[in-house]
Amino acid sequence: MTKVPVEFTLNTREQNEFVETGSTLLSALRDRLGLYGTKAGCHQGTCGACTVIIDGEPHLSCLTLAERCQGKDVTTLEGLAPAGALHPLQQAFMDGFAAQCGFCTPGMILAAKCLLDRNPDPTRDEVVDAISGNICRCTGYEPIIAAILTAAQGMRKPARKRA
Amino acid sequence: MTRKRGRGMAAVNYPTGMNLGGDPSQALIHATTTGSFVVTLSSVDLGQGLKTVMAQICAETLGVPTDNVIIDTADTDTGPHCMGTFASRGTHRIGNAIIMAAKEARAVMLEVAAEELEVDAGDLVTDGAGAIHVKGSPQKSISIFNVALAAHFKHGKSISGRGIFLQPRSYPEPETGKMTPATCYAHACTVAEVEVDTETGEVAVLSLKSAYEVGRALNPRMVEQQIIGGAWMGISHALYETTEPYYPDRAHGPVDFNQYLMPGPGDLPEFANVVIERPAADGPFGAKGVGEMTANSPIPAIANAIFDAVGVRVDSLPITPEKVLRGIRALNA
Repeated sequence: MTKVPVEFTLNTREQNEFVETGSTLLSALRDRLGLYGTKAGCHQGTCGACTVIIDGEPHLSCLTLAERCQGKDVTTLEGLAPAGALHPLQQAFMDGFAAQCGFCTPGMILAAKCLLDRNPDPTRDEVVDAISGNICRCTGYEPIIAAILTAAQGMRKPARKRA
Repeated sequence: MTRKRGRGMAAVNYPTGMNLGGDPSQALIHATTTGSFVVTLSSVDLGQGLKTVMAQICAETLGVPTDNVIIDTADTDTGPHCMGTFASRGTHRIGNAIIMAAKEARAVMLEVAAEELEVDAGDLVTDGAGAIHVKGSPQKSISIFNVALAAHFKHGKSISGRGIFLQPRSYPEPETGKMTPATCYAHACTVAEVEVDTETGEVAVLSLKSAYEVGRALNPRMVEQQIIGGAWMGISHALYETTEPYYPDRAHGPVDFNQYLMPGPGDLPEFANVVIERPAADGPFGAKGVGEMTANSPIPAIANAIFDAVGVRVDSLPITPEKVLRGIRALNA
């Protein structure tokens, strides 16, 4: 296998890796970098468990070639709580019982983060749309939708105080 | 094109546990040197919240904070035997085993505390916040941390307990066929409201309204979580999931999530749930099993609602648009 160098930003840190040509970002994250927050589900882009954020947009890391991440800004679940303090979305998922087995949770949270970053005050329908590419087998989605709306509300409050 | 609405109802009596060659679960509890209590199980938490509820049951029985309980489900080979987490049996069977083990451990814990405080063990109470004191005089007190240290290093006592719950094998009575295959029964009733598109055969579930009688909801938020998740699974079984919609060969069946269909977050109905608590005499703190029945009553309720809407009685799952359209055509023939 040919290896190629890739330089990208991973969770705000510069990352230089040699990756096999044709290998996926999912494989680089889990198998090379040991970042298991990104889940490997269907490996064909239908379940959403491997969702990561690339340049502010949600991407399926199982369908993203690692070498195409050259110069990109990649955020995984590990990047949400760098100092150990939970991100408001993580806290809302915990408080709202929005996880059971937890396998879809990282993808759900990152898909939700992309939504809230571009739309801090989403409607329920917009939340449903944002997570419609992510499959959950346990919760019935309802607690997840509620947690995202709760997190959005909480994240808007500090912004108002500053204004 | 018309969209027709209908309403259907279904009820379920759901047994807790099952009856093969007897249905046992064991629990072993021991205190660490610093007064944490480790509950060793070979029961598996697959997301339903077993560890949380078992920690609650153990803490309540021991009289210690829930944070002081560690649930160890590490190894089904070496752990005390459990039949498994299925048949909605976890809370009931394992919970009862933990209560038995925790009572034994609590007795040793109070014996050690009694020796340390030079009082009678019968006069001691736990405050549930990490201390043991003499009834009526809270100032005569010792922390569970210090009791555990003393047990290990002064008294040479193991603060531990063994627990098992067994539902023995039940054989049918030859005359009547009567048997006792399970323990307590939980109950549920669901009313479903659907809208059927008579042109496409598609069914949309508009609302699922359910009442659940669960004995006692040991963790109300997790009971609610089970109910909503189960209702979604019920919709999924009723209308979507199948391994073989593809005629004629099963090899043409679905191989991925593009073909194996499930409702997404956009397909959710309005949910309304009521939990009724009538504690079961044999349940841990009155609890029955709530897990699986949450996916049961929605299915026939949806089938009945479709019948109410368009007069089509479908008796195999899932109720696909094709089956609905064939039914409508047969009615009009």
